[in-house]
Amino acid sequence: MKILVCIKQVPDMESKFKIAAGGTWYDPADLAWRMNEYDEYAVEQAVQLKEQVKEADLTVLCIGSERVKETMKKALAMGCDRGAHVADDNAAGKEPFEIAGIIAEYARDKQFDLIFTGMQSQDRGSAQVGVLVAEMLSLPCITTIVHFAYADGRIEVKRELEGGMKALIKAKTPTLVTCQLGLNTPRYPTLPNIMKAKKKELVSIPVQDLLKVEARQETAKMYFPEKKGGGLVLEGDVGQLADRLIQILKEKTGVLA
Amino acid sequence: MKIVLVAEYRDGKLLGSVNELIAFAGKMAADSVMFLVGSESALPAYEGKLYLGDVGVCGEFNPEVHKALLLDVIAREQPDMIVFSHSSYGWDLAPRVAYALKAAQVSELVDVVDGALVVPVCNGKLRRNVQVKTGKTVVTLQAGAFGLAEAPTGTPAVEKITTVSAGRLEFGGYEAAEQGGVDLTKAEVIVSAGRGVGKPENVAMIAALAKALKGEYGASRPVVDSGWAEHKRQVGTTGQSVAPKLYVACGISGAIQHLAGMKKSEFIVAINTDKDAPIGEVADVLVVADLKQFVPLLTEKIQAL
Repeated sequence: MKILVCIKQVPDMESKFKIAAGGTWYDPADLAWRMNEYDEYAVEQAVQLKEQVKEADLTVLCIGSERVKETMKKALAMGCDRGAHVADDNAAGKEPFEIAGIIAEYARDKQFDLIFTGMQSQDRGSAQVGVLVAEMLSLPCITTIVHFAYADGRIEVKRELEGGMKALIKAKTPTLVTCQLGLNTPRYPTLPNIMKAKKKELVSIPVQDLLKVEARQETAKMYFPEKKGGGLVLEGDVGQLADRLIQILKEKTGVLA
Repeated sequence: MKIVLVAEYRDGKLLGSVNELIAFAGKMAADSVMFLVGSESALPAYEGKLYLGDVGVCGEFNPEVHKALLLDVIAREQPDMIVFSHSSYGWDLAPRVAYALKAAQVSELVDVVDGALVVPVCNGKLRRNVQVKTGKTVVTLQAGAFGLAEAPTGTPAVEKITTVSAGRLEFGGYEAAEQGGVDLTKAEVIVSAGRGVGKPENVAMIAALAKALKGEYGASRPVVDSGWAEHKRQVGTTGQSVAPKLYVACGISGAIQHLAGMKKSEFIVAINTDKDAPIGEVADVLVVADLKQFVPLLTEKIQAL
């Protein structure tokens, strides 16, 4: 069985963001980088599938600068067999259709039985890339999965719907699934596996070899949302903060009456 | 401008998000038609043409068939824009349709300002204006971003549509949401734990504050996904939507899915170390403090009242 999992490196969402010169993206300087949270579930599910079927080869793909290799190494330490690094210093400037085009071009002749992606990235959040890759490769696609089982060339998944309801879906492989938070419990790489990961294959492919499509949209401007105001911000000594908050709750709500 | 609105139907019901689609058409001052795979017994209040696929034949979840039906409608109507809700139905179907149309898709629209499509970035911390380069545009609308002052009226002119295509996915029915003994929607006070609580043991201090305020404790998605709280306590789009007298968000950054489930609360207090967290957008009071110090102290002082 051949499995592909696609991951993205994103900034920690708690970061203090700044707008980059040019005004169309956030400044990548001084940010802490990590694996897109949704993709951690995708990697974990791909590794669990590999462990289940034994005879499997699991590739992790990531698009970006040299910096993303750190995140790829985490995926390798979690249990991916090899890494395909699409070297691109302007990955952030590419829209979902271009990113999907790159992945589909890479996967086109490789006969993957299953492709896993996150259901969206934490920064762009388009929720498009996985579905577009499936469309480009004419694969069936199931999005937003919170449960996954495989047996004999068929998968059974649950899709998460609003309000906690789930839809049960079955499909034949090859297929592509996009993974929602809570699908599984992503493992922490162990030290021996981190050491082993250093020896695993990690090939870089220049992005121009795989980018065959043109952007259909671009970011004209990035900015901070206007603060709507009205909200009171309290800072300082915790004891005084607690007293002030109690005072406010007494004045503005009936709950301490 | 001409647009196609894609309404949703699930578990035998038309979804209320259809009103947001109608509001969007109004804001864009566009001519619209509507598309729905649903039932004649549950039609939207809408003054216009409705292309109706029979859910009994096409299925509620069958994106490949819904896509084929919608593409037929688009071929007939030649719209400039195709509009979905940014929902489990919309974000699944929209890219399939956009791909077939060779159209750009702009996801999770929150606003349109002077023709620019505005979308959130990084959990709502940033925004960006998007310029589309294709003739047709597919958009999905963030839940709650476009609202109507009053409920729409009217009766749609229904035209039934069919397709011969079949999908490759097999739908095996629904699994109901976990039922539990906690009905957060009835609580007057809810104190919720977010990722900022740091570890499972700290959920207890959130529960203690909730108790001191004679309320219930809730949780954000990451806390539930980590197994630190049960799903029945989850507040947000995939959990419960609540509107208590007082909502205290502890260590919750304020992802849109969480905000959608609690922003109608009468009074909102956020406790967070990050002054710029999006929860500040909806909070009446933002206390910038470390939860582990602040929450036990606040609980103690409330108990002493």
